[in-house]
Amino acid sequence: MSFVKLTTSALALAALSATTAAARDQVQVAGSSTVLPYASIVAEAFGENFDFPTPVVESGGSSAGLKRFCQGVGTEHTDIANASRAIREKEIKACADNGVTDIIEVRIGYDGIVFASQIDGPAYTAFSQADIFNALAPKVMVDGALVDNPHTKWSDFNSDLPDAEILAFIPGTKHGTREVFEEKVMVAGCEATGAHDAMIAAGMSEDDAEDACLEVRTDGRSVDIDGDYTETLASIDANTNAIGVFGLAFYENNTDSLKVATMAGIEPTTESIAAGEYPVSRPLFFYIKKAHIGVIPGLKEFAEFFVADEIAGPDGPLAQYGLVSDPELAATQEAVFDEQVMGGGS
Amino acid sequence: MTDASLPANPAAPETRKSVSLVAPDARTQKRKAAEARFRMYGIAGIATGIFFLVVLLSTIVASGTGAFQQTFINVSVYLDPAKLDKKGNRDPEDIKKVSTFGYTPLIQQALFDVVETNNLETPLAKRGDMKALISASAAAQLRDVVLENPGLIGETVDFRILASSRVDGYLKDRVKREDVVRDKNIDAEHLDLIDLLVPLGIVEKTFNMDFVTGADASESRPEAAGIGVAMAGSFFMMLVVLVLSLPIGVAASIYLEEFAPKNRWTDLIEVNIANLAAVPSIVFGILGLAVFIQFMHLPQSAPLVGGLVLTLMTLPTIIISTRASLKAVPPSIRDAALGVGASKMQAVFHHVLPLAAPGILTGTIIGLAQALGETAPLLLIGMVGFIASNAPDGIASGLLDPNSAMPAQIYEWAKRADPAFYERAWGGIIILLVFLITMNTIAVILRRRFERRW
Repeated sequence: MSFVKLTTSALALAALSATTAAARDQVQVAGSSTVLPYASIVAEAFGENFDFPTPVVESGGSSAGLKRFCQGVGTEHTDIANASRAIREKEIKACADNGVTDIIEVRIGYDGIVFASQIDGPAYTAFSQADIFNALAPKVMVDGALVDNPHTKWSDFNSDLPDAEILAFIPGTKHGTREVFEEKVMVAGCEATGAHDAMIAAGMSEDDAEDACLEVRTDGRSVDIDGDYTETLASIDANTNAIGVFGLAFYENNTDSLKVATMAGIEPTTESIAAGEYPVSRPLFFYIKKAHIGVIPGLKEFAEFFVADEIAGPDGPLAQYGLVSDPELAATQEAVFDEQVMGGGS
Repeated sequence: MTDASLPANPAAPETRKSVSLVAPDARTQKRKAAEARFRMYGIAGIATGIFFLVVLLSTIVASGTGAFQQTFINVSVYLDPAKLDKKGNRDPEDIKKVSTFGYTPLIQQALFDVVETNNLETPLAKRGDMKALISASAAAQLRDVVLENPGLIGETVDFRILASSRVDGYLKDRVKREDVVRDKNIDAEHLDLIDLLVPLGIVEKTFNMDFVTGADASESRPEAAGIGVAMAGSFFMMLVVLVLSLPIGVAASIYLEEFAPKNRWTDLIEVNIANLAAVPSIVFGILGLAVFIQFMHLPQSAPLVGGLVLTLMTLPTIIISTRASLKAVPPSIRDAALGVGASKMQAVFHHVLPLAAPGILTGTIIGLAQALGETAPLLLIGMVGFIASNAPDGIASGLLDPNSAMPAQIYEWAKRADPAFYERAWGGIIILLVFLITMNTIAVILRRRFERRW
């Protein structure tokens, strides 16, 4: 009985102290599942080397992370949002509406997006953006005319590709990776195949044609994956003919079950991405709430540690894991040190 | 009259005669066959169930046992004062300035020395080549030891450090030689060297207690990840659930069952409790986020909030089972108590409640087991992610510091890139199952030993 009494009173005390002093002493991070591995590596090393507690890193996607980030200033809100794309105007405005005005943008490096398939599957070894567009767009060019996508096999439009059913697992719309996929692959393919010009010739405005290029077919051959890359991997495992979209780091950890395709003739490696040769890559970011610096202990130290040479540099653990390190890291370090906020402010 | 009626039914004895007591007739046979078929269906149903259970359990055990074994490297590291204490004053503050990155070369050198002194034939001729064999967590392990005993600097100390996850996978047959060709983290030469180091006892695979007691690790070092801290998180959540939901649930059921008038209001409450028991758990998560975190400003990712949310989820289960066991106590007990002059409250607390206790406890334990395996509500209050890295050091810190829970940790591991985490997810499932089976067994034993039937 005394144990129950003890725990009850301890609980009551704890609940009381929690409501009175809600101050938190660990950094709270949420956002992109692509950035999560890097953030967790940094958080772990930060906890080991500093006297601050290890930061908490949650995933959930870039948009979800930025949404939580923009909910307001105060210890019940996150301090850092990870994003695999740059913050949008709309999000900056949503932030400002909730009082989150001073945001520090930090670019940590670059990540490649790769197309991979089952290691024993058909020989998907070389794609161009036009191939992906022809396979996945709802309307494509056939014999000079824009028609509803008639293709069911890869060999239907490119005889170099295998005679296999089209099935692709692409990231869902809440992922930042989807945006890169749309802009660097679908739009590029749209322009390369002439579909973009045909749309404008058919009387669409420039903006509408741009939007139409981003769409994917809805007849079940292109499947959105809202979860993480492991879900894509499981889908690939279950479908011999399927191709999937992965981050380079994820692919490099699963080379025993995946084979990667070249894009426009370039093989995705950290080197080819750093050199800017591989076309489908994107910068990775995290965003810091400046109002929390000085309130949450260790926040600035964590941000500085994240972009330090020994972490984010070419020989650091992040590059080892698959991040393509940023050649302009020194400028980023300076920006973090000076707490430069977005929008050209102080 | 009787004589006249006899010949009116001359055929009857004849048909009765044809019915044998030994050989069954067609209709009996048909009925027996139907019964036999029904039994067969039943047996087939049970067999299918058992088949799937066996497949499930054997998959879990086969995939998960690897997590309980881990590859270690035994190596003597020279703690070079020139690297670790440049000023030479052994001041803890100065030693602290050397980060884990300063310790990594020392470990690599130590392992490289082993290779050289044993004259092992390997094309790996540089200290840096040892990097692929050693876990990134080793540097932190050394640094912690040195910070605790600065006197060790300058000496050669024996360490048992973790091997990298690829080496571990190779010894567990998860990493195959033919797959390493495309793997940039390790080469075939490293595996050759491991083959040479294993007979020397330098690299060995042993039972891995750290998996049961340790904390989560980042994506680059799956070999260091453990479920212990998440287990503590689950424990503190269950503590909150037990302390809150048992008294509230029992008090509510006693009032509803013994004292409340039977009218439209109590009917409405009853229906709602039954409905609440069927509400999907994610709904409680959203509620928890809105009420406990955004309105009451309780800390995010804290087991206290997780426990509060799970309490809401467990309450209906406990109330329903408590009411059922109170109902099962025969009215004669109450009548007898009231008859000898006990008050209503005395009758309930001295006679009804003790008789209903085994049923209440069983319901509570089953409710707790259900809450223990719940992940969905935790997703929304920030308990899923890279969290469980600081072990709690007391009741307050256990309740308020960010932590994960066992099922959330398993979910988190299952979605990480490195296949080594997948093995650990299965290992975590084994531990979770052991907990659940233990709790359910206790519930069954309680019921068997103390339950009374009238």
